[in-house]
Amino acid sequence: MGEFKVHRVRFFNYVPSGIRCVAYNDQSNRLAVSRTDGTVEIYNLSANYFQEKFFPGHESRATEALCWAKGQRLFSAGLNGEIIEYDLQALNIKYAMDAFGGPIWSMAASPSGSQLLVGCEDGSVKLFQVTPEKIQFERNFDRQKSRILSLSWHPSGTHVAAGSIDYISVFDVKSGSAIHKMLVDRQYMGVSKRKCIIWGVAFLSDGTVISVDSAGKVQFWDSATGTLVKNHLIANADVQSIAVSDQEDSFVVGTAEGTVFHFQLVSVTSNSSEKQWVRTKPFQHHTHDVRAVAHSPTALISGGTDTHLVIRPLMEKVEVKNYDAALRKITFPHRRLVSCAKKRQLLLFQFAHHLELWRLGSTVATGKNGDTLPLSKDADHLLHLKAKGPENIICSCISPCGSWIAYSTTSRFFLYRLNHEHDNISLQRVSKMPAFLRSALQILFSEDSTKLFVASNQGSLHVIRLLEGSFKHLHTFQPQSGTVESMCLLAVSPDGNWLAASGTSAGVHVYSVKHLKLHCTVPAYNFPVTALAIAPNTNNLVIAHSDQQVFEYSIPDKQYTEWSRTIQKQGFHHLWLQRDTPITHISFHPKRPMHILLHDAYMFCIIDKSLPLPNDKTLLYNPLPPTNESDVIRRRTAHAFKISKIYKPLLFMELLDERTLVAVERPLDDIIAQLPPPIKKKKFGT
Amino acid sequence: MVEEEKNLRVVRCGGSELNFRRAVFSADSKYIFCVSGDFIKVYSTATEECVHILQGHRHLVTGIQLNPNNHLQLYSCSFDGTIKLWDYIDGILIKTFIVGHKLHALFSLACAEDSVFVIINKEKPDIFQLVSVKLPRSSSQEIEAKELSIVLDYINQSPKCIAFGNEGQYVAAVRDFYLSVYFFKKKTTSRFTLSSSRNKKHAKNNFTCVACHPKEDCIATGHKDGKIRLWRNFDDEKKYTYTCLHWHHDLVMDLAFSVTGSSLLSGGRESVLVEWREATEKNKEFLPRLGATIVHISVSPAGDLFCTSHSDNKIIIIHRNLEASAVIQGLVKDSNIFTGLMIDPRTKALVLNGKPGHLQFYSLQSDKQLYNLDIIQQEYINDYGLIQIELTKAAFGCYGNWLATVEQRQEKETELELQMKLWMYNKKTQGFVLNTKINMPHEDHITDLCFCNAEKSENPTLVTASRDGHFKVWILTDDSDIYRKAVGWTCDFVGSYHKYQATNCCFSEDGSLLAVSFEEIVTIWDSETWELKCTFCQRAGKIRHLCFGRLTCSKYLLGATENGILCCWNLLSCALEWSAKLSVGVMEPDPNSENIAVVSQSPVGSDLFVFKPSEPRPLYIQKNISREEVQWGVFVPRDVPESFTSEAYQWLNRSQFYFLTKSQSLLTFSTTSPEEKLTPTSKQLLAEESLPTTPFYFILGKHRQQQQDEKLNKALENELEQLPLTENIPAISELLHTPAHVLPSASFLCSMFVNSLLLSTETKSAEEVPDDADMEEEKESDDSDEENNFTEEVQDTNTTDLGEDIIHQLSKSEEKELRKLRKVDYSWIAAL
Repeated sequence: MGEFKVHRVRFFNYVPSGIRCVAYNDQSNRLAVSRTDGTVEIYNLSANYFQEKFFPGHESRATEALCWAKGQRLFSAGLNGEIIEYDLQALNIKYAMDAFGGPIWSMAASPSGSQLLVGCEDGSVKLFQVTPEKIQFERNFDRQKSRILSLSWHPSGTHVAAGSIDYISVFDVKSGSAIHKMLVDRQYMGVSKRKCIIWGVAFLSDGTVISVDSAGKVQFWDSATGTLVKNHLIANADVQSIAVSDQEDSFVVGTAEGTVFHFQLVSVTSNSSEKQWVRTKPFQHHTHDVRAVAHSPTALISGGTDTHLVIRPLMEKVEVKNYDAALRKITFPHRRLVSCAKKRQLLLFQFAHHLELWRLGSTVATGKNGDTLPLSKDADHLLHLKAKGPENIICSCISPCGSWIAYSTTSRFFLYRLNHEHDNISLQRVSKMPAFLRSALQILFSEDSTKLFVASNQGSLHVIRLLEGSFKHLHTFQPQSGTVESMCLLAVSPDGNWLAASGTSAGVHVYSVKHLKLHCTVPAYNFPVTALAIAPNTNNLVIAHSDQQVFEYSIPDKQYTEWSRTIQKQGFHHLWLQRDTPITHISFHPKRPMHILLHDAYMFCIIDKSLPLPNDKTLLYNPLPPTNESDVIRRRTAHAFKISKIYKPLLFMELLDERTLVAVERPLDDIIAQLPPPIKKKKFGT
Repeated sequence: MVEEEKNLRVVRCGGSELNFRRAVFSADSKYIFCVSGDFIKVYSTATEECVHILQGHRHLVTGIQLNPNNHLQLYSCSFDGTIKLWDYIDGILIKTFIVGHKLHALFSLACAEDSVFVIINKEKPDIFQLVSVKLPRSSSQEIEAKELSIVLDYINQSPKCIAFGNEGQYVAAVRDFYLSVYFFKKKTTSRFTLSSSRNKKHAKNNFTCVACHPKEDCIATGHKDGKIRLWRNFDDEKKYTYTCLHWHHDLVMDLAFSVTGSSLLSGGRESVLVEWREATEKNKEFLPRLGATIVHISVSPAGDLFCTSHSDNKIIIIHRNLEASAVIQGLVKDSNIFTGLMIDPRTKALVLNGKPGHLQFYSLQSDKQLYNLDIIQQEYINDYGLIQIELTKAAFGCYGNWLATVEQRQEKETELELQMKLWMYNKKTQGFVLNTKINMPHEDHITDLCFCNAEKSENPTLVTASRDGHFKVWILTDDSDIYRKAVGWTCDFVGSYHKYQATNCCFSEDGSLLAVSFEEIVTIWDSETWELKCTFCQRAGKIRHLCFGRLTCSKYLLGATENGILCCWNLLSCALEWSAKLSVGVMEPDPNSENIAVVSQSPVGSDLFVFKPSEPRPLYIQKNISREEVQWGVFVPRDVPESFTSEAYQWLNRSQFYFLTKSQSLLTFSTTSPEEKLTPTSKQLLAEESLPTTPFYFILGKHRQQQQDEKLNKALENELEQLPLTENIPAISELLHTPAHVLPSASFLCSMFVNSLLLSTETKSAEEVPDDADMEEEKESDDSDEENNFTEEVQDTNTTDLGEDIIHQLSKSEEKELRKLRKVDYSWIAAL
């Protein structure tokens, strides 16, 4: 494996924003997650829970509701009063439409998906028709006294339950009039609170309305008579979210104490048809408010202020006990937020609204394997670059030479020139960006920093030559005819001749930069690409997919390499395939052509292609063999995968030179320390 | 088991565990049944009094259940391998089913009419099975029930780990880390295992108890970590689900659902009864401060009462609204006995350590605790590892007027907290009142204390011996001041002997001499002048027990050493009279005779020797009175002296010897054979005097009799034939006095009944009628009912034993006499 000097970087002060809404789409098995900064992420649950798409957030666009309608169209609504539809192909916002009811608190798509209902601050419930291109306002329901915080359609589409403050209304969709108003008890543990907020409602096909409220109650109402049927007091704090399964035999609620409760419809006795709702298991995977829950056919999904997305499979619904039946906790984005200028040992960190440039520290000390070396020079925070405008940064990159920084938001592209004078730096913005360079999904500099590659959200790839202080547009690779899919991953060969680009689902395209034309397309694979890289000298393209498969494709030969075929034939080790997080970065050793370096959030791996592949009987995660062991034993036990799990959670790892690595970690405790304090709960014995 | 007549037997004499199994309520909640050693006790829930003791089992009773088909009957099972059916209202044994195996628990179901379920272990000692036993229908008294079928194998032996649910459709059993559910219809077993032991998070997941919801398919299980799990959907091994309820911090000892299933009761070491309403975590009610660990919880079938059995041998009856309504307290066996057994001279109650910090007064006659005296008077905190104040010594003096107690607490070797309290009996309040509190009466542990109980002594005197090498004499002095008249105790004399530790002290019967043992040496002091009179030293190890002889043997002093030597010194000659090699564990003088009882320990068991100090030859020896070590013994004076003629038993004439073993079973000696003891105490039911005025009453009751009288008075001259008084017709009284469930069929009785109402054509004299009918009655009962027959026979033979019966019989004969007189009177009037 070789010994490295590792820069263990822990000053990347990244805090993901809290989860506000989750929406599960049954047809595509995808999950849309919106965060408090307005970011919307799409997870493909079939592809190993890979975050395949994301829409950057916006300061003024706090999302309050998220829903799928008409198949796979995604809508969101927020406190700016707009309903937004997302273009899932081009990865941008299709349109935003003001609902003219003040801030929107809730939104629900009708069971058929053809209608959209929004609940507004002014107490109005507005019905929209979903047309193929847009949405169209249809009419208002009876105006209520206070804001509508939750909405739920009856599965037949004839009635709607709306949760407001202190009461629940039931509307007839045809007439738009409220037929019942069910007042909710304000009492909370014997003390009368000022208000009881109905955080969520669910309308079941038998006419039962389930409500969750700020007094910690889960209540069952009969919508035909407007009466309370049953009351479950489950928490001392707010119950904030509810989601019902499609079969209506179970539902899940999330509380502000971080507990998720599962309710199931169980028969009273085995031989009677009478059934009752029973609170079954509590799950405590969160420390903070669970703001959103979803119920997929096989799993409970929850997310909240503590920024984790938790997917808890239901054991009784899982057919085979494979790795899909395990609990998943997704904390970090499945993309790169760090870029590195190897020569100057600079790291560029991307935050939602700013960039930070750091110079790594250095040491003169030497030590044994495993020693922590004292720093002779501390890491330097060189630059804090605040993004212009309210939009979040989509992507950023620093050139390998360290003299260029580029970043992009949804509407603007920025390029900066860095001038290094000894230890001081000066920053100069390159103005007059061409009109076509408005928004980029991915930015990449060539190895010699003379070329800039930009993947725009129209699916085109721009090649720009960088000169001292200026630039020249060289070429634009237009997308394949008929596809509008955006490229979101780029890789360039170290010699600068080849450019590989991949979209979210289609295959990887390889362009020849020299001839400025499409060279070849790697055969399409079922699972999305998570990382790409082209090896020096051999020009082999290494592709990692979300199902943890790794392919090696020879660009000159236009075919998979022999090693790749061998490993596909033999198959990967089962533990390798059971890893949780996708590989987010691949790099190569300049002196050892047989080595591939890759990492995910919990491990760092060097694949030595010269060694035999492990089979299922061998130990995958073998610890580093002790040095006193004889070479024979070491060789016998050695296999191609050398894995280190010292650094976690690992956000970035790169080889600076032959003997130096940089690892960017982000300990979870540091994230939790930056979150607001959770609700204090009395713990027995303290 | 059957022993010869007139052989001394060691018997358990009450004070047995009431909390061994769940108590059972009668269907109308009027009675509560609990197992108590070899007996079953029937208590009234309203008055806390013991109504009946059902005796008949020859070994520990291990389970009781109401007969689901007749709620006036009770099934019980025992280690003796029998299942007995009782009529608990009359206290009559109805039937005995002989199963043969050691039965550990009993369950009965309404749906399984002719079978019950028992826990047995057939092969290996620790493998238990739940089997169903078919109870054959037969009229005979003793029936063999050998038809067993295994329901569940490898279960926990405790009945708390088995529960039948949903009218007997399934049975749930828990053991270690799994729950098994057997469905009777499908004949399948589902098993649910909890992640166990190894990883720390689930370290205490063990199941402790189980209960089934009466209406729904829901099983509640208690766990070692204090959680309660509610299992549902358990008919599907994949879709099963459970909810957790967590309040207890220590293991859940027992669970019970209310009759309707709307609430779940749980209890544990916290001594708090928790009621979970609608099985939700947030909706719970508490009944705290129940005094001791809740061991069992049971619910009355009527639903109005709960009861909790506690580790301190008490049963608390609790109303539906969680208000304790009655306490049935047995002998507390919760703590270590430091004080030994004592007899309160006033109440003749047994006095010993009770609840922590208390002395309990326990009536041996009524087998019931009289009261608790709080000695330490501090809140008891039940926490593991906490060093408590312990009540170590107590003694009664001056005919029960004074009580001295010593309490100590030692946290470290050098930090001893010692307190002596003197309590005076207050006649007004009928209780002990603290008189004097002495802090640190000695520098070290008090090893012994005794009062001078001499009749002539005008001033109460107390002597304490301590390890600090001193003995102190405390006397009662006048402590009056200008505000009040009072008395108090002060130290009068401090004695020591060569700085040896004082180990025992003892006054002679007349109070003139005090013997104090200092390790190996016994010193004799004059109690008038506190002069050292003489010393005895045998060099046979430290003295452990010391006592003076009594009555004619008062010139002897006895000492037992730790090296197993029993010495007897003659105080007149100041020489050793005799010595014997005997490892003495307990030495107790009989206060009413010269006899001294000694229990010696040996590895195989304990032996009893009774002797007079004047004769080295023992009066009586009984080997192996107990397998375990006997810790304490005491002679209890009899209220009515027995008159054993046999020399061997004469020592039991005036007092009875009780002893307490290490496992805290209170045992005594009895001369009655087991057969005699088994005689049912059932009495013939007394006709209640205050019968309700029903139509029947007007036809047959006293009212009729009065009418009769009037009629007679009116129509004297007419010489009408007299209607026989219904009261005197045996057939009718039989009909009215026999419990309905043991009566023969109505058709059988009808003709007899009608006949009895008809006027007799024979010219029988009035007084002859009842006698005749009595015979008839006996015959009749012969036909109809074996049990009654049996009991009556026994009664006839045994009337001398049962005092109450004598009285009853007397009253009956008196009644007859009266009737005769009345008859005579009438005839005389008629003649006029």
